[in-house]
Amino acid sequence: MAVRSAVNPGSTDYARFEERFRGAVARDEGMVGVGAVWRVRREAILDVLRFLRDESGLRFRMLTDLTAVDCAPVRDGDRFDVVYILHSLERGDRVAVKCAIPEEDCRCDSAHALFANANWLEREAWDMYGIEFRGHPNLKRMLNHKDFVGHPLRKDYDIYRGQWLSESDDLLDELERRRELDPRPVPADRETMVLNLGPSHPAAHGVLRNLVELDGETILHAIPEIGYLHRGFEKSAEVHDWNQIVPYTDRLNYCSAILNNIAYARAVEALCGITATDRTMFIRVILGELSRIMDHLVCNGANLVDLGALTNFWYLFNLREKIYDVIESVTGARLTNSYTRIGSLWADVPPEFSDSVRNVLREIPKAVGDSEKLVVRNRIFIDRTVGVGKISTEEALSFGFTGPCLRATGYEFDLRKAYPYDHYDAFDFEVPTGHQGDTYDRVMVRFEEIRQSVRIVEQALKMMPEGPIKADHPALTIPDKKQTYGNIEGLVNHFKIIMHGVQVPKGEAYVASEAANGELGFYIVSDGGQTPYKCRCRAACFHIYSAFPRLVEGGMIADAVATLGSLNIIAGELER
Amino acid sequence: MGLISRPERPELRTGVQKTRRLPAGASDEAAAVRDAGFVTRFDALLNWARKNSIWPLPYGTACCAIEFMGAVDSVFDLSRFGAEVVRFSPRQSDLLLVAGTITYKQAPILRRIYDQMPEPKWVFAMGVCASSGGFYDNYCTLQGIDKVIPVDFYIGGCPPRPEAVLKALLELQKRIESAPAAR
Repeated sequence: MAVRSAVNPGSTDYARFEERFRGAVARDEGMVGVGAVWRVRREAILDVLRFLRDESGLRFRMLTDLTAVDCAPVRDGDRFDVVYILHSLERGDRVAVKCAIPEEDCRCDSAHALFANANWLEREAWDMYGIEFRGHPNLKRMLNHKDFVGHPLRKDYDIYRGQWLSESDDLLDELERRRELDPRPVPADRETMVLNLGPSHPAAHGVLRNLVELDGETILHAIPEIGYLHRGFEKSAEVHDWNQIVPYTDRLNYCSAILNNIAYARAVEALCGITATDRTMFIRVILGELSRIMDHLVCNGANLVDLGALTNFWYLFNLREKIYDVIESVTGARLTNSYTRIGSLWADVPPEFSDSVRNVLREIPKAVGDSEKLVVRNRIFIDRTVGVGKISTEEALSFGFTGPCLRATGYEFDLRKAYPYDHYDAFDFEVPTGHQGDTYDRVMVRFEEIRQSVRIVEQALKMMPEGPIKADHPALTIPDKKQTYGNIEGLVNHFKIIMHGVQVPKGEAYVASEAANGELGFYIVSDGGQTPYKCRCRAACFHIYSAFPRLVEGGMIADAVATLGSLNIIAGELER
Repeated sequence: MGLISRPERPELRTGVQKTRRLPAGASDEAAAVRDAGFVTRFDALLNWARKNSIWPLPYGTACCAIEFMGAVDSVFDLSRFGAEVVRFSPRQSDLLLVAGTITYKQAPILRRIYDQMPEPKWVFAMGVCASSGGFYDNYCTLQGIDKVIPVDFYIGGCPPRPEAVLKALLELQKRIESAPAAR
């Protein structure tokens, strides 16, 4: 598997960095998919991150992920590792920084001033692991509720121990704090109003809640609360074997389940050091791009319904049903497909696959064109979207934007082009970009991406080779039935995989794929056991949604609805 | 229009009957009714109206909400059964369609929404998460919404197909139709 990472491993820039922080920084064991890993003394963490971000030749401007690992059962000494994964988009390089934290003094400095998305990431790490980030402006529970006791991702927290909540958080304390930090004065003769948008609200896709303070219809402050759909993906992954996790990945971004399956399978395959077969890669590309198309159809369809354009919903959803039929004929399910396996697929595609895909490809341009024509020069649509929810490239990178929302700001970045995997470098396609990062651009980028995906699928259908779908690796892929029933070796392999699951070597990996919302990464730690030691999902829309207050404050309520729809926030992925 | 309650006539128990089928030699009163339209029990009329104008509140939280959108779209077309007027206000709806996983964090909200709905009201637990927690057997997921609110129909599947939602709706219509008396 092509997991391109450091363009310049061990370059002079790395050496300069190590020289600069001599004594505070040490190289650590490698992480698959990442150029270098450093272990940093926690007193130096902010200086190290600042240096990595700003120094020319390094320029790691994006904090891709921040999480922690509880090492209590496997390590004496400091119990937690805080892991920062940084990405330099211009140079095509990723590095990881680790910082050990003892249990007795479970504290670390907050990086929220360096990276805007660190604010939410650190809140999550506090919620799940109990690591306190000094200087954090708002260290509250995030995915769990306010009455929750304990930290669920610690290894000593029992997975089955649920805790009841009697009343939801009113969020007024957060509003008070925001008023102090970011005062927005209103004229003395006016009163502000505090309003709950969501969690049960027609425009609150899924169950998103925002407490907004209004001056008339203008939003002064927006306080998002998330976690209503926190389903414990990471904790569940720790008690299931490697292939059993595939159905859980379906339900992250459930609008494009296959893309999640692929991203997860790629990460585990990279950790095992194996490559899927060519046929499997092409099938993954075809079904993955069809899923991307479906995801964009849902996003734009629902967004336009929120803007009052119901006709688009019918046009786009009709098409979606047709793609469903194709995907159902392959995977047996409409929505949650669980199609990939480690090193292979659940099954090969049926014989009529190519024809049915070509049939549906013919219908896509018309349906998308019809829908696009209804809005692209529509006065109401333009008035409601142009200049609404605008964000600059610089700020978007600081918030960790990826995918269509980053491209809408005019920054051309796509993991399929930057780190080609699954033969994406063999296809001729463009990466559409917007101009000013507003709602209009985001909608249009998605429409254009649908067309580009159609191009990719057309080419992939022509290039798809015959051959096996299973990587030839008996410890990872289940043998064919003929082998199982025909010889003792096949029978033993079958038994081993069914009873004990696949064997993944000890180590860790961070591997990212371009999902419909942007960078979907899996940070996986294996101790060589039957289940992952840790399986962290880097969800694109978690980062994007953390910029939501920044996008809507100062605008009208109706603009917030339009903006939210265009960000494509999928609760399953946001809250995992 | 005259609406006459005549519970002693068993053949009129179900639904609406056109007066054309009145036996020959019916009374003048019946003839007058025939000219006016139809005759039925008040209960039956009310139930007939109710079952064909269910207003669901899609409490969609997760994957099932996407399949609910599938049930509404033009292929499966929920509106054939009179239930396409989705309301997001509990005060305006009579079917709470819980589509998706309910976590402990959401439980108080779900309970409050149920309490805000006027009677008569019905509840669907769409999908296995809402029915039993599904495969999310862990610290954050409520193991079935029947821990906090009563449920009329459980729809299996992860997520259920749109046909399953339609089937549940038809079952609900049957139940409403045979409700004993107007509530």
